[in-house]
Amino acid sequence: MKKLVLFIPLLVFLGLGIFLYKGLFLNPQQLDSALEGKPIPVFSLEKLDVPGEMISNEDLKGKVSMLNVWATWCPSCKYEHPFLLMLSRKNIVPIYGINYRDERDPALQELKYQGNPYTMNIFDKDGRLGLDLGVYGAPETFLVDHKGIIRYRFAGPVDQRVWSETLYPMIQQLQAEAAQQGAAS
Amino acid sequence: MIRALLVFCCSVLFSWQVLATPVDTYEFKSAENQKRALALAHELRCPQCQNQNLIDSNSPIAKDLRLEVYKMVDAGKDDDQIIEFMTSRYGDFVLYKPRVTAKTYILWLGPVMLLALGLLVGFIFVRKQRIQAEAPSELTEEQKAELDALLKSDAEQDDGNKK
Repeated sequence: MKKLVLFIPLLVFLGLGIFLYKGLFLNPQQLDSALEGKPIPVFSLEKLDVPGEMISNEDLKGKVSMLNVWATWCPSCKYEHPFLLMLSRKNIVPIYGINYRDERDPALQELKYQGNPYTMNIFDKDGRLGLDLGVYGAPETFLVDHKGIIRYRFAGPVDQRVWSETLYPMIQQLQAEAAQQGAAS
Repeated sequence: MIRALLVFCCSVLFSWQVLATPVDTYEFKSAENQKRALALAHELRCPQCQNQNLIDSNSPIAKDLRLEVYKMVDAGKDDDQIIEFMTSRYGDFVLYKPRVTAKTYILWLGPVMLLALGLLVGFIFVRKQRIQAEAPSELTEEQKAELDALLKSDAEQDDGNKK
């Protein structure tokens, strides 16, 4: 018993060591989103391609969807663009673009020449919606369930790995949920 | 010449006032508001640059959030409401001083607990030592016999040395 007591400091040290060692491998850029589990913020903004026509948070309900924050000034968005295009062709989930702090003309030009993966594009010129979503850069991707609740947030460019490891399994789960609750109601 | 020197000295003297204000063209309603808003923005961390507060950071998001804080102060919102606005969007990360919640108890109480534990262990250790020192040492019969034998052999050796 007495001998065991002498090991306590070693155990405490090991515990702290493991805890701090894990801390070395955390990515400080991957912040927990404060919005997971909360509904999409209330907004009413113009469509990017149709000036004057409004989209609101109500329009994003009813279906599991992916919100993708992008802009013409963002290099990583250009990097993830081809992947998003491929996704949109697969028709797995509607991708709603949030054109964040951008100009309308260059944004439309970009979509025209690079292809348009978005089901719809929200024109967030002043970044107000971005601010309410807790966006601090681009690209960022949110998964939204059929009730309009944000269920997951990913900061950074979406690629095959992120998609197959994280986003796709989660989307399948959310779609299963939606189907279940749709059947129940 | 002397006048030029005076002007120079004055401008140097008062230049710190110019340096102390961040470069935002925002008109506050009152000096009090300005003071409070700047203090708040100093306490909030920029979510993008991560190691700067909203005042120090040059990133566009920090500028936006800064202005947002200024506007809210001018609109008469209190500090708690503004901090709530920020944390509900960006999480507790933006607070330089973590809140006391179930998640952060270990952070706040850990050092105190460790100190208390150390003191306790030290106290017990010292007490044990003292009890051992104070305890009258009783020898068993066997030990007495051994001691006697040792003393005896010692005495004999001494006698031997004297001869």
